[in-house]
Amino acid sequence: MRGQGRKESLSDSRDLDGSYDQLTDSVEDEFELSTVCHRPEGLEQLQEQTKFTRKELQVLYRGFKNECPSGIVNEENFKQIYSQFFPQGDSSTYATFLFNAFDTNHDGSVSFEDFVAGLSVILRGTVDDRLNWAFNLYDLNKDGCITKEEMLDIMKSIYDMMGKYTYPALREEAPREHVESFFQKMDRNKDGVVTIEEFIESCQKDENIMRSMQLFDNVI
Amino acid sequence: MAAGLATWLPFARAAAVGWLPLAQQPLPPAPGVKASRGDEVLVVNVSGRRFETWKNTLDRYPDTLLGSSEKEFFYDADSGEYFFDRDPDMFRHVLNFYRTGRLHCPRQECIQAFDEELAFYGLVPELVGDCCLEEYRDRKKENAERLAEDEEAEQTGDGPALPAGSSLRQRLWRAFENPHTSTAALVFYYVTGFFIAVSVIANVVETIPCRGSARRSSREQPCGERFPQAFFCMDTACVLIFTGEYLLRLFAAPSRCRFLRSVMSLIDVVAILPYYIGLLVPKNDDVSGAFVTLRVFRVFRIFKFSRHSQGLRILGYTLKSCASELGFLLFSLTMAIIIFATVMFYAEKGTNKTNFTSIPAAFWYTIVTMTTLGYGDMVPSTIAGKIFGSICSLSGVLVIALPVPVIVSNFSRIYHQNQRADKRRAQQKVRLARIRLAKSGTTNAFLQYKQNGGLEDSGSGEEQALCVRNRSAFEQQHHHLLHCLEKTTCHEFTDELTFSEALGAVSLGGRTSRSTSVSSQPTGPGSLLSSCCPRRAKRRAIRLANSTASVSRGSMQELDMLAGLHRSPAPQSRSSLNAKPHDSLDRNCDSRDFVAAIISIPTPPANTPDESQLSSPGGGGRASSTLRNSSLGTPCLFPETVKISSL
Repeated sequence: MRGQGRKESLSDSRDLDGSYDQLTDSVEDEFELSTVCHRPEGLEQLQEQTKFTRKELQVLYRGFKNECPSGIVNEENFKQIYSQFFPQGDSSTYATFLFNAFDTNHDGSVSFEDFVAGLSVILRGTVDDRLNWAFNLYDLNKDGCITKEEMLDIMKSIYDMMGKYTYPALREEAPREHVESFFQKMDRNKDGVVTIEEFIESCQKDENIMRSMQLFDNVI
Repeated sequence: MAAGLATWLPFARAAAVGWLPLAQQPLPPAPGVKASRGDEVLVVNVSGRRFETWKNTLDRYPDTLLGSSEKEFFYDADSGEYFFDRDPDMFRHVLNFYRTGRLHCPRQECIQAFDEELAFYGLVPELVGDCCLEEYRDRKKENAERLAEDEEAEQTGDGPALPAGSSLRQRLWRAFENPHTSTAALVFYYVTGFFIAVSVIANVVETIPCRGSARRSSREQPCGERFPQAFFCMDTACVLIFTGEYLLRLFAAPSRCRFLRSVMSLIDVVAILPYYIGLLVPKNDDVSGAFVTLRVFRVFRIFKFSRHSQGLRILGYTLKSCASELGFLLFSLTMAIIIFATVMFYAEKGTNKTNFTSIPAAFWYTIVTMTTLGYGDMVPSTIAGKIFGSICSLSGVLVIALPVPVIVSNFSRIYHQNQRADKRRAQQKVRLARIRLAKSGTTNAFLQYKQNGGLEDSGSGEEQALCVRNRSAFEQQHHHLLHCLEKTTCHEFTDELTFSEALGAVSLGGRTSRSTSVSSQPTGPGSLLSSCCPRRAKRRAIRLANSTASVSRGSMQELDMLAGLHRSPAPQSRSSLNAKPHDSLDRNCDSRDFVAAIISIPTPPANTPDESQLSSPGGGGRASSTLRNSSLGTPCLFPETVKISSL
């Protein structure tokens, strides 16, 4: 993010090399940032589009607006926020995947509508909706099927969040093994990719998954 | 905790749906959730100013007062708001912290007040935002330094008397460090100052040529060679005094190693050594040259004045603190000198009979030019030389002018700090006196009240009523409290005058002392237990008086023993004269006395701070001493408590 870049270059300029002029550059940056401002659609529209009540939307928006006064979250911010929940490990990769999952129109920023739409699916949607959302998360290139490489990336990013200090100690092959077991469970026709139908079908057959789907009913 | 964590947590939890299909083990159940889903507006009333905020805002930081259930203690059910009796202006900043996640430091408020508010609301000072953090820290440090200075001034300072039992060494050191504590120290201070001046003047005068009237030689002799004995005698005297002073300081210093390493002692040593070396070195011509150079070191005696002059010390301190700027100045000057000297040398190389014989020779020209002295003993003659010479002088001005403002501002800051410290020390005495007065005011009010017969149980009526009517409810309750304390401890409050009289009387010893001490006490008539109080009060008088007169504890314990064992009754006490005789009470007190006396002996000797505490004037000190004796008095207390209290 531009802000980060500015911070780094500020520390460089302490070397008195005179190549970076703090005063003029920073003023321009400030100016540019503050002009970006996004306003969500009206409450009624959001109420129709999502399954949240009016009050819930109000609460959500107040929190969102407080954190992001400009009305949008970009990837850097998102990563920073998410990393605060997982201090031991490195959550940046997973945060990127999440960001891409929320950023449905792929414009590089998550607005309040995207945010609330995603939450609505996860928290108020049917089991199928949730599974769909999860599939969308795993399918990194959004081509409708999950390959082993994609799954491996996802798995590695999740294991990265654990950090170094785990019990039992994290082994190199753990993500790969996990991917293998996942594919064994999900890939019906053993063609090396998991399609959405295979995914949903296999998940519905798994009791654990079904049961834990109820976990998120009360998050908001 | 970062600002948004609470807001984003539901989102992070929701995003965990992505882990579900991958989970190999069943996920744990969700924690219980509170029923109230809606957000409500809370009203926080701070000294009349009402702040309204969402409950969620406050819940963002659950480990603070407003975010936790602690605020329920302040909930006023009648008005439905949370009431805090605190500063509303400061509260604004606290509430903004909840809203924005950044705690800002108000610039016009006292930093101590701000800290207190933070502590009250459960916010750690580390939460202060980056924008205000530096200023906050600076101001806090400044405040802490100022307070530390105050404390230091109180401790090292001139106020309280030397604690009892300090050795000669400590007294000597104190006299050296604070010359105005005693006249002897002051005399010593001025004498040494005088001798330093004499020594320096002698050094100077020694070299002046004085026309010898006896000798009609053309050669003029410096005074030193004309009157060698006189100067030698003067020198010897000064050195003796300086040596004596140095040895005394060495003896008195609490930490000799540290003293040996300190700057002042080094200066002292350098000042006196040349003389002794000169004595030891035989006077032959080979070494006399070296001997003469040793005399140069005698000029360092002038630095001994820095003990006498604060300005000199400030200057030294400034130079030390500006060491980096001075170093920079020196370094840049050296660079410039070398560059310009080289250039000038090569520019003037062509001319014959030039002064610029080598680059080091050109150094002198460069220095003289850069500092704009311009002696003119070396001047360039070629055009190139002149051009470079002018560039040299222009740049010299710039290079020297750059670090100077920094040094000047440093000096100014330190100087003003010192001025402030001096002014504060002067005001300290007035301030302490006022505090003392306030403290003793309450006691005096009580004593006055007692003297006016307020303690009269059997209301003898209207005369008392008149004088006691003017007290406020607060005073009434306070006096009642003090009175209860007196009754509990079987001791009475008294004032300094009667107490020092008691002390003086006691040192004479015997029954007479008791009578005088007791008779001077303003005991109210009719107090039943006051018959036992005189004796106890006397012991208390002894104890307190002993500390102020700096007698050691051992003798006090002896006196205690004596007092305890003296079982003669006290018919001379005014109170007992007025009151009905209560022998039973006497006997009770006796037994307590006895027990107490025996118990008080094995207590270890008190440390000086304890006694200095006692000697601090005002009701506070007295109250503590009465409490101490109170535990001796009440029979139900165990011996251990006696020991503890005596410590």
